[in-house]
Amino acid sequence: MIARNEAYEIVIASLKEVFEQVGEAPPAQINEETVLVGTDAVLDSLGVVQLIVEVEQRVEGAHSISVTLANDKAMSARNSPFRTVGVLTDHVIATAQEAAS
Amino acid sequence: MSPSEKPVMLVTGARKGIGRFLSEHYLSKGYLVEGCSRGKADISDSNYRHHEVDVADEKAVRGMVADVTKRHGRIDAVLNNAAIASMNHVLLTPAKSANRMLEVNVTGTMLVCRDAAKVMMRRRYGRIVNFTTIVAPIALAGEAMYAASKSAVVTFTRILAFELGQWGITCNSFGATPIMTDMIKGVPQDKLDAVVNGLAIKRLGSPQDCANVCDFFVSQASDNITGQVIYLGGIS
Repeated sequence: MIARNEAYEIVIASLKEVFEQVGEAPPAQINEETVLVGTDAVLDSLGVVQLIVEVEQRVEGAHSISVTLANDKAMSARNSPFRTVGVLTDHVIATAQEAAS
Repeated sequence: MSPSEKPVMLVTGARKGIGRFLSEHYLSKGYLVEGCSRGKADISDSNYRHHEVDVADEKAVRGMVADVTKRHGRIDAVLNNAAIASMNHVLLTPAKSANRMLEVNVTGTMLVCRDAAKVMMRRRYGRIVNFTTIVAPIALAGEAMYAASKSAVVTFTRILAFELGQWGITCNSFGATPIMTDMIKGVPQDKLDAVVNGLAIKRLGSPQDCANVCDFFVSQASDNITGQVIYLGGIS
């Protein structure tokens, strides 16, 4: 079980790592509402790929839970589970719960 | 954890044949080799770990890669050698057999590439070699679905090279000529002879031929060699 604040920290740390890897400064403010996908997104599509992989690896490293965030359910959802930091955080928790059960 | 000092290679279909030969080849070169197959393997080496995994099983592949990452913290190279063949005239090929070939040869290759690449991209380094066959370019009658699945592997690998190149991961395909392994033991001798006679170098392939090409692809110096396919025996 991953606590919400832990999942949130993983998403934030992963997002900062992606910006560092591409050599760009992260936005001055990152919070639950930070948009990751679509109009006003802080990342391009490849950045989102990197972010998802980074989050998966961090969840696995910190909690020994193997998660695939881009699963069938996520990819067919009407609303992307990657659209904001907050939504992604909730998706991480739900996916980790599913993987651990 | 800090990553292992030795390079780590994942070899699918490692239990026998070419996969086994290559596993032992890279053990002798100082790699930590993580092999997989559907059954147990009897490779006895402290630097070898075997996983009983069907590469078409998404969850099992994910678990295997997670285990390798947990123990070693890195994956340097992947040899996607696992494959199944069913040599039938297309008019005698059941859908189940065709689907199983696609599952193992195409989806299985994709799953191993996907999960290994996620580990590789964090270190900005990786070498992926996906195995194909000369049966596809020579359009060998009697192997339509097997050849089609291996053609898909080549196309997949070419595109994968573009998708992963930015993270220092190279992706190439390798197609051997017939080699005396279990996979071709049921092929009639006259058919094998006809294939060999159509080659520029008129002999069966050998495991050493495979190692030679893989050595080139997995070399650190091959960082600008990607999206390529090398066939043995003069086939192109």
